[in-house]
Amino acid sequence: MLKELRAKLDNKEISAVQLTQHYLDAIKIKNPALNAYVNVTSDYALAAAAAADEVIAAGKQTMLTGIPYAVKDIYCVQGIESTGASNILKGYKPPYTATVIKRLPGAVLLGKTNSDEFAMGASTENSCFGPTLNPYDPTRVAGGSSGGSAAAVAADLAVFSFGSDTGGSVRQPASFCGIVGLRPTYGRISRYGVMPMASSMDTVGPFAKTVEDLALLLEQVAGFDPKDGVTSQQPVEQYSATVNQPVEKLRIGIVKEYFELEGLDPAIRQLTERVINQLATLGAEIVPLSLPHTKYAVPAYYVIVPSEVSSNLARFDGIRYGYRAPETADLLDVYTRSREQGFGDEAKRRIMIGTYALSAGYYDAYYAKAMKVRTLIRQDFVAAFKQVDVLLAPPCPGIAFKLGEKSDPIQMYLEDVFAAPASLAGLPGLVVPAGQVNQLPVGVQIMGPQLSEALILRVGRMIEGLPGQ
Amino acid sequence: MALTRDEVIRISKLARIALTEEEIDRFQVEMSRILDYVDQLNELDTTNIAPTAQVTGLENRLRPDVVDDEFTREEMLASAIDTAEGHVVVKSVFNKAS
Repeated sequence: MLKELRAKLDNKEISAVQLTQHYLDAIKIKNPALNAYVNVTSDYALAAAAAADEVIAAGKQTMLTGIPYAVKDIYCVQGIESTGASNILKGYKPPYTATVIKRLPGAVLLGKTNSDEFAMGASTENSCFGPTLNPYDPTRVAGGSSGGSAAAVAADLAVFSFGSDTGGSVRQPASFCGIVGLRPTYGRISRYGVMPMASSMDTVGPFAKTVEDLALLLEQVAGFDPKDGVTSQQPVEQYSATVNQPVEKLRIGIVKEYFELEGLDPAIRQLTERVINQLATLGAEIVPLSLPHTKYAVPAYYVIVPSEVSSNLARFDGIRYGYRAPETADLLDVYTRSREQGFGDEAKRRIMIGTYALSAGYYDAYYAKAMKVRTLIRQDFVAAFKQVDVLLAPPCPGIAFKLGEKSDPIQMYLEDVFAAPASLAGLPGLVVPAGQVNQLPVGVQIMGPQLSEALILRVGRMIEGLPGQ
Repeated sequence: MALTRDEVIRISKLARIALTEEEIDRFQVEMSRILDYVDQLNELDTTNIAPTAQVTGLENRLRPDVVDDEFTREEMLASAIDTAEGHVVVKSVFNKAS
């Protein structure tokens, strides 16, 4: 899709301003019902589009010049309200811009998209702006936490978008909205300027309509950034140059524990198996294997994440930025009242669970224990990738659920059951549409070893090209 | 119930979050259920297993300690809620001696 739009812009079939206006008009019509965008930056977008047209007229355009896109509201953009979908940051206009956005020169930012508060959730219902609705069925969620970014692309309100994935927040909404989404290897894309949730697992990643577009986007934004200390210095590959090459002699691992999981929708299991069988007929070798510690991934994740959340969200103190409670008696009162009034329930739950898990007397029982289990989960993957090139699995246990259906926190946490293991190990995961169940889209997830993006994108492209997709 | 009401109050103080009486009751139930759920980690024997603190394999990455002027004082203070004479204003920490 990016290449076609690039050609149209370069051939002057359409101007960047016309293209941007087309998307702004579509947002005006469709967004009130979907709530994918929480802040539409029309003036900023039209100015950027006009500048892009000048660049194109001068023949100095690059891949993304004049292409309209969106980012999740946890991305900081200088001078543009960036709230993390939290009341505690309403009105905040950052003095700086996220690295990812700087690495999309010429692309036209249409606005900020909805999210669970500071990316904490799996439905975009934990947002101070209210939930994003699924473009396929407005009684259902778009997934989360990057639900707004996924819905915007699915509903043709942006050509591509960026979200973040700590424990499935790109992968599950991509599945729910029937588009492609990539969680990159931990450290492959800089997170500078993106509000942190759980720093040892946070990644940022793109959504698009095609795997080729993801490849084009990844090669634009990936790579070392001195401002994110965990970014890899490994060279960035030209993913788009190889994405269309089918993989010969592909060895696909099928994880026994994933398919035996209680709670996996049988229709989704069948759809995943159909994709696997189709790849087998193309010559892929299917290898059943075991990741014995799978069951412990979500419990370990929900100790480690809240612990890191309690630390990361300590910065919201009602003093340097964001919300301050009125009528406070002293400094302590400023902290406790501002945080009481500014944070939503899930933020409070995670901060308090994390505070408890890190507190004197409980650290070893919870946090240290979870960090050790994390080692076991990583070792499972190391053993698996000695036998196979990639793992194929559902992205999440079910189809898009109804608004309000998962009001119980633990039920919501179980959405991450197929996503949390790779997150704990820092692995990349790509979600590609696999079909529909009850007229709702369902994706399939391809996981690979660290920095195997070129390979999983090629596999994703193969799945995209299968008959019936 | 994994947590007592007093423990929830103690945690909320450590976390610097004021809670209403209703919230204390609700969080006691919800947090206890979450802690019961994660307790299944204790089924695993992790003796002699090293903890994973990070997954990149990178070691201390250092940079020269050089001041840059990416932001001006005014830009940084623009986000603060209350400022005076180029500084952030905070409430008093100690009560004035009466």
